[in-house]
Amino acid sequence: MLVLVLAHFVAAAAAPALVGVLGRRAFPLLALVPTTALGWALTSTSEVAGGAVATEKVGWVPALNLDLAFAMGPLQWVLALVVTGIGALVLVYCTWYFADDEPGLGAFAGNFVAFAGAMLGLVLADDLLVLYVFWELTTVFSYLLIGHDPTRRASRAAGMQALIVTTFGGLAMLVGILLVGVTAGTFRISELLAHPPDGTTITVAVVLLLLGAVSKSALFPFHFWLPGAMAAPTPVSAYLHAAAMVKAGVYLVALLAPAFAGVPGWHGLLLSLGLFTMLLGGWRSLRQLDVKLLLAYGTVSQLGFLLVIVSIGTRAAALAGLAMLVAHALFKAALFLVVGVVDHQTGTRDLRRLSGVGRSAPVLAGTAVLAGASMAGLPPLAGFVAKESVYGALIGVARHGDGTGLGHVAGWTVLTGVVLGSALTVAYTARFLWGTFATKAAVPRSEVAPIGVGFLAAPVLLAALSLVLGFLSGAQNTMLARYADRFPVGGHHAGLALWHEPGLALALSVVSFGLGLVVFWRREPFAVLQSMLAAPWSADRGYLGLMRRLDRLAVEVTGLTQRGSVAIYLSVILVIVVLLPGSALLGAAGRWGELVWWDSPGQLVVAVIIVVAAVLTARSRRRLKAVVMVGVTGYGTATLFLLHGAPDLALTQVLVETVSLVVFVLVLRRLPEYFTDRPLTRGRYWRIAIGALVAAAVAGFMVISTGARTATPVSATFAREAVAFGGGRNVVNVTLVDIRAWDTMGEIAVLVAAATGVASLVFLGSRTSAIRRVHDISGPGPGQPPATGPGRPVWLPGGGTLTPERRSIIFEVITRLVFHTIVVFSIYLLFSGHNNPGGGFAAGLVTGLALMVRYLAGGRYELDEAAPVDAGALMGMGLFVATGSGLAPLAFGGAVLQSALVDLHLPLLGDVHLVTSVFFDVGVYLVVVGLLLDLLRSLGSGIDRHILHEESEPTRDREVTA
Amino acid sequence: MSASLSLILAAASMIGCGVYLVLERSLTRVLVGLVMLGNGVNLLFLISGGPAGRAPIVGRGDSAMSDPLPQALVLTAIVISLGTTAFVLAMAYRSWQLTGHDDVQDDVEDAAIRRLAAADEASDSFDLSRRGDAEDELELPEEEGRTA
Repeated sequence: MLVLVLAHFVAAAAAPALVGVLGRRAFPLLALVPTTALGWALTSTSEVAGGAVATEKVGWVPALNLDLAFAMGPLQWVLALVVTGIGALVLVYCTWYFADDEPGLGAFAGNFVAFAGAMLGLVLADDLLVLYVFWELTTVFSYLLIGHDPTRRASRAAGMQALIVTTFGGLAMLVGILLVGVTAGTFRISELLAHPPDGTTITVAVVLLLLGAVSKSALFPFHFWLPGAMAAPTPVSAYLHAAAMVKAGVYLVALLAPAFAGVPGWHGLLLSLGLFTMLLGGWRSLRQLDVKLLLAYGTVSQLGFLLVIVSIGTRAAALAGLAMLVAHALFKAALFLVVGVVDHQTGTRDLRRLSGVGRSAPVLAGTAVLAGASMAGLPPLAGFVAKESVYGALIGVARHGDGTGLGHVAGWTVLTGVVLGSALTVAYTARFLWGTFATKAAVPRSEVAPIGVGFLAAPVLLAALSLVLGFLSGAQNTMLARYADRFPVGGHHAGLALWHEPGLALALSVVSFGLGLVVFWRREPFAVLQSMLAAPWSADRGYLGLMRRLDRLAVEVTGLTQRGSVAIYLSVILVIVVLLPGSALLGAAGRWGELVWWDSPGQLVVAVIIVVAAVLTARSRRRLKAVVMVGVTGYGTATLFLLHGAPDLALTQVLVETVSLVVFVLVLRRLPEYFTDRPLTRGRYWRIAIGALVAAAVAGFMVISTGARTATPVSATFAREAVAFGGGRNVVNVTLVDIRAWDTMGEIAVLVAAATGVASLVFLGSRTSAIRRVHDISGPGPGQPPATGPGRPVWLPGGGTLTPERRSIIFEVITRLVFHTIVVFSIYLLFSGHNNPGGGFAAGLVTGLALMVRYLAGGRYELDEAAPVDAGALMGMGLFVATGSGLAPLAFGGAVLQSALVDLHLPLLGDVHLVTSVFFDVGVYLVVVGLLLDLLRSLGSGIDRHILHEESEPTRDREVTA
Repeated sequence: MSASLSLILAAASMIGCGVYLVLERSLTRVLVGLVMLGNGVNLLFLISGGPAGRAPIVGRGDSAMSDPLPQALVLTAIVISLGTTAFVLAMAYRSWQLTGHDDVQDDVEDAAIRRLAAADEASDSFDLSRRGDAEDELELPEEEGRTA
């Protein structure tokens, strides 16, 4: 069964390509898939008749005990036949309905076949959760099919409306499913039906499940989505919105009825809603001018009728309900397909404009009359057989309850309602046949294009089946009785037959038929009556009003919470931090551990400096002062790191602080010297208050949490592991490149992203970081000619490109002397980092600083002289090396990022102790150097160019782009 | 476990001033605040990581080592903060290029929604999801006795 369902999805995936090649001729090919499923179901006929249930189970999520469980009993068998049979016929019909150049035909075919698969899965599923998945899949595909033409506003709106209404029901159903499953301890449908749980929880759950069924089967008050869904192409209406999807609700009720029909609320809900919907649908149907909408309201009416019958819960009603379901699927699909043909061949569905179609297309008209007769319940068609047994079953309930617990009043009310509903059915059937096919004196005769045999095949076959099934009532009896056997034997004898003894049932049939004809015959006074009774309120308008109110609420809430100001969002977050965890602090007050003033006296001195610098930063009105002061707090932090016993941190912090300072200055040279002037406002005191409160809360957390710590740190074994497995004595470095190397991996990726972001903000057009060396400059540089003539040694080649007032010879000389030393030192840091303070980060920063010095001394050409490589390439290479060294152990059967120790004996160098993680560190080093080079190129050289550009074109606006 | 009040004082003061600055409008101030907040938070790692000790390098004496794990985490954070600094600075520079200042602006879309809320109107997407085009009229199909 799983294979059959999957085959549909595979075919659906292939459908767009197939349609691309074959056009509409792909449809018969696609129809093979549901046909195969139909064939499989038919071959199981004798097993099902013998009472066997085919099951299948494939593990899905073992941890949740969730299996793809399927089971096919008699009920599932019937629905599988309907779903696959009608699906295949409608697909074939599509071949003639669509033109090859229909937009979106490939997607349509795919969605259609996928829907068929989901529907098949729905009826075969033996697990409530699996059923739910398929249930929602049908909703989604229905949405896509209704919205087949997304350029039409009506079809978008109808699709959305159907989606919202049915998903709402679906979600209610999911809650119901979970309640049932958790209460009963199983989601398996067969087990639930064998041992139905009960209790208040189950009552609530069943009502929620019914909510899903009622919305899917378009019962009042959810009925309005179904006529709306008629925006879809007619094959979709015939299959989804008449034969298959809307039957899902009926199926669910029929499935649960044997176990839960006695649950309080079941009958009250379903009988009242079903009956009202039956009458409402029939009533509205008689007012329609579009024959497709007429049928749609007829479907609403019939769905109400079906739910009334299958929810009763007696053996006779179950049998009748199932027979009615089959009959309805056959005649309603046939009628929709007929409407599709009429619409296609005449160009209209308006019954005021159709005339003489019956004479022009007699076969089509005959088909419609046959299917219509089944709908109206005329002998000898399937509809008559089913309706007779419905009356029989309802008479039994009305007379003596038949074990349902329904009283006489309720029983007779239901019976009367159904008879009236059937009368309306007869009336709208007549209206449909007259409206579509009759020759109307006042209307010019409609042009009907010739109809191909293939186009007619599907409706004719379906109508013929309605007739054949009427005569096959005996065989139908045998097959359907297997399902009905699950109900207790009632007082009324259950049986389908073309001819019962004349009795009340037959009399009621005659009454409803006569009444319906009268309504049709006196249609003009009846229309006047309907107009007089027209309610000012409709569910459609109610839905729109509800959605509007929902949208208004969303606008209000968004307007209230999304203030669009970063400061406000941050304030809210911080205030919550102070209020919630902060108030928890008050409860813990007094439970702090041991407190000391300082670990070493130096700490206090540094702390005081930090406090002063922090306050000065906050008070500063000049940009540069703020940056310098924040630098002081940074260097102070580095000192605290050193005092705490973290030399690696101290080293990195100092380097980062220095780099940041330079980068700040590079940008600040362009920004105004002072911050934008702001008057002292209430907002400022408010900010001060938040800052103080957050600081106090943080201090409180620290005091409490350090005292509360009891567990052994996870890092207790790091030192031993670092030496044994990481091959290094600097535990922090080994942690970075080995123990927690994934963190570092993520980090260097972030660095690359940040550098790319910076470059793209500065170089707007393209990343014009083309390297331009001193000898590339044509003609004299700004100020004086380049001083790189042969035979004339210079300290720094790029220095000559600067204007004399910006040059400092001492700086150039010193730079020349220390540059290589710094680079060598950085390489030392890189390789010694495993055992001593250092490592890739620190080494990269040192190299970067060396480059920075070259840039500051000699300008941007000097930078390119020092590092004639592309920063992006450097970072990419770094990532490549790091990833490569991480993945390399896989080749040797190790884990990702595992390190190995290698001892080599090399000539000249002697014994070399090598740890493979050093390659990872080299990658880190390259990324960091690339980052710094990128920063210098964009914030240094890039901004230099902007300045130069502006100076050469002083009249231009300031909005310079690179 | 003992906690050093000096460290807590330094961290709390940096965080407090950082918060004050971050709530400002000028992007440079926000950035300075962010850097300072970061420094403060890094200190918190150190405080909660346990008491001071010797450097976590094996074979350098027998006294208690400081905890290496928070140090590794902080090292990562320090380098990331460099990336953040550079990025926000570039943003400030770009903002100055475009507007002549580096103040953070309020979001225009949010302001548009606030205007809708004040005018008691539904969102634009709601209008797109209706069937009819008219202001408040739902376009229903024609029926007997009612012409659209």
